Amino acid sequence: MAGTPEELRKAGVRQLEKTPMPEQDPQERVRNFREVPFGYTDEMAIAESWRCLECKDAPCITGCPVEIDIPAFIAAVKEGDFRSAVGVIKRTNSLPAVCGRVCPQEVQCEIVCLRGKKGEPVAIGRLERFVADWEAEHGDPELPKIAPPNGHKVAVIGCGPGGMTCAGDLAVMGYDVTVFEAFHASGGVLRYGIPEFRLPKAIVDRETHYLELLGVKFSYNMVIGKVWTLEEMRRDGFEAFYIGTGAGLPWFMKIEGEGLNGVYSANEFLTRANLMGAYDPEHNDTPIWVGKRTAVIGGGNVAMDSARTALRLGSEHVYIVYRRSRVEMPARDEEIHHAEQEGVEFLLLQNPLKIQDDGKGWVGGMECIRMELGEPDASGRRRPVPIEGSEFILDVDCVVVAIGNGPNPLLIEATPGLKVTKWSNIVTDEAGRTSIPGVFAGGDIVTGAATVIEAMGAGKIAARAMDAYVKGDKTWPDLEKKD
Amino acid sequence: MFKIVSKKVLGPDIKLFDVEAPLIAKKIMPGQFIMLRIDSHGERIPLTMVDRDAAAGTVTIIFQEVGKTTRQLGTLGPGDAVADFIGPLGRYHPMGGEHKRVLGVGGGIGVAPLLPKTREFKANGNRVESIIGARSKDLLILEDEMRAASDELVVCTDDGSYGHKGFVSDILQARLDESTDYDFVLAIGPPIMMRVCRDLVKPYGVPVYVSLNTIMVDGTGMCGSCRVTVGDEVKFACVDGPEMRGEEIDFDEMMARQDRYLAEEKCALDRYLKEVG
Repeated sequence: MAGTPEELRKAGVRQLEKTPMPEQDPQERVRNFREVPFGYTDEMAIAESWRCLECKDAPCITGCPVEIDIPAFIAAVKEGDFRSAVGVIKRTNSLPAVCGRVCPQEVQCEIVCLRGKKGEPVAIGRLERFVADWEAEHGDPELPKIAPPNGHKVAVIGCGPGGMTCAGDLAVMGYDVTVFEAFHASGGVLRYGIPEFRLPKAIVDRETHYLELLGVKFSYNMVIGKVWTLEEMRRDGFEAFYIGTGAGLPWFMKIEGEGLNGVYSANEFLTRANLMGAYDPEHNDTPIWVGKRTAVIGGGNVAMDSARTALRLGSEHVYIVYRRSRVEMPARDEEIHHAEQEGVEFLLLQNPLKIQDDGKGWVGGMECIRMELGEPDASGRRRPVPIEGSEFILDVDCVVVAIGNGPNPLLIEATPGLKVTKWSNIVTDEAGRTSIPGVFAGGDIVTGAATVIEAMGAGKIAARAMDAYVKGDKTWPDLEKKD
Repeated sequence: MFKIVSKKVLGPDIKLFDVEAPLIAKKIMPGQFIMLRIDSHGERIPLTMVDRDAAAGTVTIIFQEVGKTTRQLGTLGPGDAVADFIGPLGRYHPMGGEHKRVLGVGGGIGVAPLLPKTREFKANGNRVESIIGARSKDLLILEDEMRAASDELVVCTDDGSYGHKGFVSDILQARLDESTDYDFVLAIGPPIMMRVCRDLVKPYGVPVYVSLNTIMVDGTGMCGSCRVTVGDEVKFACVDGPEMRGEEIDFDEMMARQDRYLAEEKCALDRYLKEVG
């Protein structure tokens, strides 16, 4: 796409559909781990930006969990002023390159976009990604105004998107912030969970570097709770804490055969491939085994990531086995679409009953049953009900279980007085205050598994509350009755 | 980076390191483990703590060179460092107490994690009887340390090159024939040895503990690679163990799971050996 600014404007205004984003050919990309979409060119971004009507009431802003001033950043894109555009985003979102790639825009900012009433909404996510990448390609990022050091020391536990956001905001306010991470690298799920082809690790490194420029310190290999308790950290001078340790305890289906070789939790499968680099055995020592025929159980982004990783590792047939229908799938539209393009086969309304032993301790097949949708359940989605007598055997030799994660217990167990729900999620008020004064929490450890942007929103809210707390507002909620 | 302060060769392919890790050294308890990664291309491997010196800030580990990672680790020495050293991981179980009678069984490299447990049993006032063994004399480790920590020590080798000839389980059987008046038995070693010991002890109703060294990735409960079936429950060795009651562990499944990456590990080792000549 090329043209004068006026031509681009005209093209954009009239266009009913999103400007397509070029991407690697599906046949080609299933053989590599490089990022799938190439991103917009300057011209594509400008044309797309003209589709934005800059609505006065801007429903997109309220659709965004961190309330990015979307019309304002898009207005800057229209003028080709990409640096200002990224500046607008960074006022409320310190990880735009990440969010532009992994946010479920179709159920947040884009779902309420007026352009979506007739045709497709403005491609807000693609534009966000574009300006963030543009900034990265044009020298050092512009830093926000950082308050002078205020002499207060605070700790963030868990270096996922929520913790990173919280740390960034606190650093800008002048705090001495240290992020403690159990792994040897930053990013949390952005690094161990989301594959390279969807979120290149160079971007996580870039965002980490940006936080370093803001003055955030990182302390890796630190299993807080085990090596250092919150109480000890308090004695060491930390005045407030943000716990963002995430949902890191994989659920299994509790069916026969889950202990067989060839059965992975999605966490194990993806951590081996991503964090430990097992997809590149020439250079990395962590092994991974993938079957010829792989079944991935679940319908979320993690399931899509696992399925597409299995394909890239050489599995010849990859199935998504999901007990509900396509409409109920929690994965982003784009991920489902990409998985389909790449040849992942979707077995919907089917549920595993048993994983069979091949006689040598490895997966020899999976017994499934067909389902139909009944009445809505507590989640509002129609409950899948098994169809009697519809059992069948799926011929697979590898199974990846991607049905979700519970909260990681390590820090909770080591922190007496920290109130948790019956599902072991930390109980907080709306500002992230836990049952222990000075200790805040947010993200998946509080809500159960959710999205990157929701965790970031929680980190942001908590940063404000932590600031108020440290500066003297010691009011603390009574969480006794909350559960 | 975590510096290797000292190194000892305990036997063919068996090495001991003191690693500088002051925070962990202050906290780690018998039965707990660390995960280490040599460099940015390395894998994370779990190793159970053998000793610690809080004042010196060091943690002692012992490993046997089996695959690529442990062979590469074995080439390091004082002055070198590993990229990552994470812990303490796993649960700490205080066991026994005054006037309790305890039987510890250690096979092969399993004697290494048994040593700090034995020392702790002794310090807590237990009467400690220990059985340690190895395939042959040169593979037997920590005999003097175990003797000093135990009230009574029996040593055996599979080939009879030192001590009694036979497996540690043979000695265990002989002990149980004499008396079953033990408060508990702790058996640490290769899975097959732990299973045999468990099977011997279980009928007597004496509680039996084992320490599981299953395949792990993160060691913090995140991946489930280390899962074992215990009765009708699934436990994670990394966060529920590594020490566990042994009675209900499905050792058949556990041993099959230990073989998951044999082919990949062999490739990695062959490649490494070719590289280093």
